[in-house]
Amino acid sequence: MLSLQAEWGRVRAVAWKDLVAERRTKSNFNAVVAMAALMLLFFGFALGPDAEALRNAAAGVLWLTIFFSGVLAFNRSYQLELEAGALEQLLLYPGERWAIYLGKLLANLAFVFLMELITLPLTGILYHVAFPARWFAVLSVLVLGTIGFVSLGTLYAAMASRSRSREVLLPLLLFPMMVPVLIAASGATAALLVNDVMGDSGAWIRLLAAFDVIFLIAATWAFQFVIDG
Amino acid sequence: MTAIMPKQAEQSRPARDLASPLVMPARWLTVLTFAAPVALIAAQVWSVQASAPDRDMGHLQKIMYVHVPAAWMAFLSFFLVLVQSVRYLWRREERADLLAAAAAEVGAVFTGLTLLLGSIWGRPTWGVWWTWDARLTSTAVLFLVFIGYLALRGLTDDPVRRATWSAAVGILGALNVPIVYMSVKWWRTLHQMQSSPSTVDPTYAWGLRLNAIALLLVLIVFIAHRYRALQREQIAERLLDDAALLRRSGA
Amino acid sequence: MAPGEVLGIVGHNGSGKSTLLRIAATAVRPTRGGGNVFGADLIQSAHEVRSMVALLSTESGVYGDLTALENLRFAARMLGTPATADALQESLERVGLGQEGGTLARTMSSGMQRRLSIARMLLRRARLLLLDEPFNSLDKNGAGLVNQLMRDTCERGGSVVLVAHDLARAEQQPNRTVEMRDGLLNGPGIDAVTAS
Repeated sequence: MLSLQAEWGRVRAVAWKDLVAERRTKSNFNAVVAMAALMLLFFGFALGPDAEALRNAAAGVLWLTIFFSGVLAFNRSYQLELEAGALEQLLLYPGERWAIYLGKLLANLAFVFLMELITLPLTGILYHVAFPARWFAVLSVLVLGTIGFVSLGTLYAAMASRSRSREVLLPLLLFPMMVPVLIAASGATAALLVNDVMGDSGAWIRLLAAFDVIFLIAATWAFQFVIDG
Repeated sequence: MTAIMPKQAEQSRPARDLASPLVMPARWLTVLTFAAPVALIAAQVWSVQASAPDRDMGHLQKIMYVHVPAAWMAFLSFFLVLVQSVRYLWRREERADLLAAAAAEVGAVFTGLTLLLGSIWGRPTWGVWWTWDARLTSTAVLFLVFIGYLALRGLTDDPVRRATWSAAVGILGALNVPIVYMSVKWWRTLHQMQSSPSTVDPTYAWGLRLNAIALLLVLIVFIAHRYRALQREQIAERLLDDAALLRRSGA
Repeated sequence: MAPGEVLGIVGHNGSGKSTLLRIAATAVRPTRGGGNVFGADLIQSAHEVRSMVALLSTESGVYGDLTALENLRFAARMLGTPATADALQESLERVGLGQEGGTLARTMSSGMQRRLSIARMLLRRARLLLLDEPFNSLDKNGAGLVNQLMRDTCERGGSVVLVAHDLARAEQQPNRTVEMRDGLLNGPGIDAVTAS
């Protein structure tokens, strides 16, 4: 008996639980943000100090930073479940598996968006990027790209967190899948930061939207197999 | 009246059952194992001497006779992984999982070969070991997807979990292949760089087809052998399990 | 099993008792074979089974970074029966954790964590209660709680399966006891069954 109302309640419950737990131990969030800042500096050292070179690289560096520091967040979401055998109990509640997935997805999205809220302006400052006239479009690209990233990250972490070599397995599984998102998001962001006179960003944004729809559905479906396995 | 009841009917499946051949009886496989390399050599010899040296590239173009069919085989393997992954999740047939694993291993090799030959072709052509050509780059991403798939299998010990997880990863990876190709292609068109060799000459087209058929035989042989090896491992495990069970209940 | 019946399972470590319980709870899939609980198939109708069965396992299954109250609130929400703060507080009182509502589960002793998981079981009101070595790491009061949980379930017409190597601590002795040895069950009411 599928009751969407009841499942939505579970989605919210799981998201709430993950966020409360995360807020208690802010150390994880702080570490990820520090990592992002560190990466921005590192890329800067490697690519700069010429302002022009940095400005050209800004969009790409932003997205690389989001991916490499964001990926650190996903395994943690499952680590909570693995201590004290909470995952076993979680799977014994009545209800659909996809509700658990969507709950974790929402919590991870909140986490990564918050991280980006800090990373984005920091990139602008360090890489000499002028405040873009089309800032709303830039934010839209940020949201679309993040959704693609987090939906697959949440799924793959369900496997990696329970495997050996989890730190390397997660990026190894996730990043090849991120190629379209990286290309489209950094391409669109780069174009929009210089006001996109050629209108390139439209195609990239459509690609991102299509990617998000396809993989949000695919990941939600695949989760039931992955979490029980 | 509450009850916990086991299904009476299903007993342990005879280990023999797993041994039933999937693709072909053993004799056919032996024949193919000899026929495939012969076919490959024949196809190569014909295509190399039948086509004239390319105006600009000389004999280097002939590397395409292996590079292009190898790429086709790589994609075919991946498609096989997709189909078997879906079959596994739908029917939970162990054979589907073994076939997917065999196809992934062989597919990874063919993908690596494609990349290697592409690189070797590129060196004298453009003076660089790598070009961010759309097809070559997509193939590199595909290679990494295969590697991730195989790494996951290698790091997961429980057979059911390994089968389920790799099926999920295989399906999602396959879904992404066309998207990756499209995004890399658009990325390239925005940056206007050199394109891949074109395939216009009819002799060339025939050369490709013959080599493709020969390479397809090679692919089938490799996958079939690998599948059998995996099958035997599983039969051995099942026999050990059954023996242990018999010992206990007999005692 | 009959309503209100308590079935005891004894056996050596590693004989498969925990696995049997976890299969019945749908926490693991059987590698071969299957079964059903109250007519619902374990594999096809796992949803239904989960709404009727509760498993108290050896691990407490609590979230270390949540307080006791938050742990219970989460359980209630997941069960589809969100409860008021008062109702949850009452549940905590029933297991003697009334003062610990705001304590982080991580800082609680294992005995207290076990009580918290018992409180969770009480919320579930399951038809079939599966207890895996419930008396471990519990003092006399804690053992009393487990007994209370069993009594609670039987009074409602549910059944209990109790796996323990120390059945003496159960206030309500099992109506039947079977033995599990190397994956095989043996005892009254069992046809030749392999549970591996």
